[in-house]
Amino acid sequence: MIKRVLYVVALPAVLFGAWFVLSDNSESFYSPPLRDILTAFGDTWSADRLRADVVPSLLRLFAGYLLAAVIGVALGVAIGLNRRLRATVEPVLEFFRAIPPPVLVPVIMLFAGIGDGMKVIVIVFGCIWPILLNTVEGVRAVDSVVLDTARAYGVTGPARLTKVILPSAGPQIAAGLRQALSIAIILMVISEMFAASNGLGFTIVQFQRSFAIPEMWSGIILLGLLGFVLSLLFRLAEQRALRWYEGLRAAQRQG
Amino acid sequence: MTSVRRGSPVRLGSPALLGAAGLAGLLLVIEMLPRLGLVDDRYLPPTSRIAAALADETGNPQFWASLGDTLVAWALGLAIAVGAGVLAGIVIGSIPVLRNLTASTVEFLRPIPSVALIPLAVLLYGTDIGSTLMLVCYAAFWQVFVQVLYGVADVDPVAYETARSFRFSAWARIRHVLWPTALPYVFTGVRLAASVALVLAITAELVIGAPGLGKEIAVAQASEAVPTMYALIVVTGILGVLINLLARTGERRLLAWHQSVRGEVAT
Amino acid sequence: MLEVKGLRKVYRSGSREVEALRDLTFTVDNGDMVCLVGPSGCGKTTLLRCISGLLDPTGGDVRVNGKAVDGPPPGMAVVFQEYGRSLFPWMSVRDNVELPLKQKKVARSRRRELVDEALDAVGLTGTESAYPWQLSGGMQQRVAIARAVAYEPQTLLMDEPFAAVDAQTRADLEDLVRSLWKRLNVTILFVTHDIDESVYLGQRVVMLSSSPTVVQDELIIDLPAERDQLHTRADPRFVELRTRVYEQIQLAKKAAR
Repeated sequence: MIKRVLYVVALPAVLFGAWFVLSDNSESFYSPPLRDILTAFGDTWSADRLRADVVPSLLRLFAGYLLAAVIGVALGVAIGLNRRLRATVEPVLEFFRAIPPPVLVPVIMLFAGIGDGMKVIVIVFGCIWPILLNTVEGVRAVDSVVLDTARAYGVTGPARLTKVILPSAGPQIAAGLRQALSIAIILMVISEMFAASNGLGFTIVQFQRSFAIPEMWSGIILLGLLGFVLSLLFRLAEQRALRWYEGLRAAQRQG
Repeated sequence: MTSVRRGSPVRLGSPALLGAAGLAGLLLVIEMLPRLGLVDDRYLPPTSRIAAALADETGNPQFWASLGDTLVAWALGLAIAVGAGVLAGIVIGSIPVLRNLTASTVEFLRPIPSVALIPLAVLLYGTDIGSTLMLVCYAAFWQVFVQVLYGVADVDPVAYETARSFRFSAWARIRHVLWPTALPYVFTGVRLAASVALVLAITAELVIGAPGLGKEIAVAQASEAVPTMYALIVVTGILGVLINLLARTGERRLLAWHQSVRGEVAT
Repeated sequence: MLEVKGLRKVYRSGSREVEALRDLTFTVDNGDMVCLVGPSGCGKTTLLRCISGLLDPTGGDVRVNGKAVDGPPPGMAVVFQEYGRSLFPWMSVRDNVELPLKQKKVARSRRRELVDEALDAVGLTGTESAYPWQLSGGMQQRVAIARAVAYEPQTLLMDEPFAAVDAQTRADLEDLVRSLWKRLNVTILFVTHDIDESVYLGQRVVMLSSSPTVVQDELIIDLPAERDQLHTRADPRFVELRTRVYEQIQLAKKAAR
């Protein structure tokens, strides 16, 4: 137990310590002492700042991500269940997925201006593709025996969707959602760097432009923490929802 | 969850034909939407005008130079990331103490959005290609590194013990047991990294203004050359599709001998 | 009564045609236990999928109590060979057994009763909250049987249900099927490639030819109703009957060559 804690804590502690000590006398303009960055972190990210800049960012992120998830899964199920439709739209979808999402920012700015709406739409447009394509693939790959069983026992209509097809495609959908989450964070930042009057991306770029270097570093660290926490939350949710899948895989590996 | 698709002869209603119809349909819709006045053609020009702008671009040396810049940044960044990722992955993955020690740090660093580094890149390299490379390497490295870690962890303990019982040297163990097992994972990592690298290369150019297609898009947007902007976006999409196809075909070719023993590679 | 008349099934893929079933006719009386046995690859599974309404036949028809089958008929339950894929791994044992009942709109209290009874009948009381993949292969197939039993079918189709379990478990499961059949007064059509199994279980054995499949022969199994693994299988009459079936199957294989 102690050993495990040590393993988890040791390297981060050493790295942090090394950074702190080595940078302590740093005269370099770009890498100020960690001490200064930490001080700046406390000063910069006050409750007011969090409310004014971080909360709007997060709200846009969640709005866009949830919308993309709902639309992506719904369309994905519809396309995955229809073979001809799938064959027809798949190349189009692959093309849209291959477009680097950030180039959508200038396009969507044309339509939606530079407000909150634009940022949410950018996030939806950017992160819907992995969700959509993974759902299509997951639905397509539902085991034929599973489908036969459902039919033979009269499991049809909504129950077929919620009890059979969605759970069966669940692991694949989760993989899509995971990819989409990191894209969503990227797009949240980029859309704010491009055109915004508040938000994390906007603030960090402001610091950089005004050469407030310790503050900029503190913003980068905050963004890193945010990415870490969100992926942690996602993993926890995934583990809960797909406990059966992990167990099944472990059982298959033994067998 | 991976399945092998078998080719089938092209006939009416075949997937290839339906797919072509789908693409044609998309082009038609984009042509008609602005023509029918459903969408302002200052925002979405019809297909024909985007195509004309694309044709113009192909006659423009600046376009080819930008495409070259993007590809160089992509290839260079990818190569560095793959080299570093494979090396670090094998060393850290095959030494249990190192793996345990670094696990928490990797878990912390990996989800950090690479775009967080944009301000830092700008300060360090300005609008140089170095900015692009920094972001590309950072993002692509994790894709390769994590896959290599999975691959090394997947080595059959029995095979490893066998190699040890025959007194294989450490190098021979890596060469003959570890590497062949990890290879499919390495390819998966390279495939994922190849698309991520393109996204980051274009993003860096777009946001920072480093030379490349991304910068051209930003310029087209600023000068309100909307059809050109769309044409360039189409080019980035085609580039993405090509890189995907290339990576997938390469993976399948090189791993043909491996398919039978190959389990599911986590995506 | 289950009637199969002139059943024919041709698979088409592109320009290629494969005739799986040529002309099958047989009947199963209510409350009977009939085993279908045939050489491997003789289209047993195709036949079963046609009877259960999961597959549309190319010609002929299937009737259950006089009504033509055009989709899974009510009152029919199927036990598939691939228990690992037929049970839903994302549901507990209880939910797996209960889901079809929910679809039949059985009241909650009655559902509880049926699930408990069915799990008890297959000897799985106490595993309700486990996931299927936490159980052994034999136990998983018991869950699948419990799901079929709880469904209260008049007809039970079993598609090589014990092909993938070990020999001892298989003997136990065969006895389980016999005892359930006697207790529940249900019609069972049991498909197998195992000749001994077909003679041990069936009141009647229908032998199929190689693909394209026709009925090769039928045989009444006049063994006593009380059967057990030890004595029945040593019974001279059992040996005689299995020899008859064996010869027919060999004949069918030869004819195919």
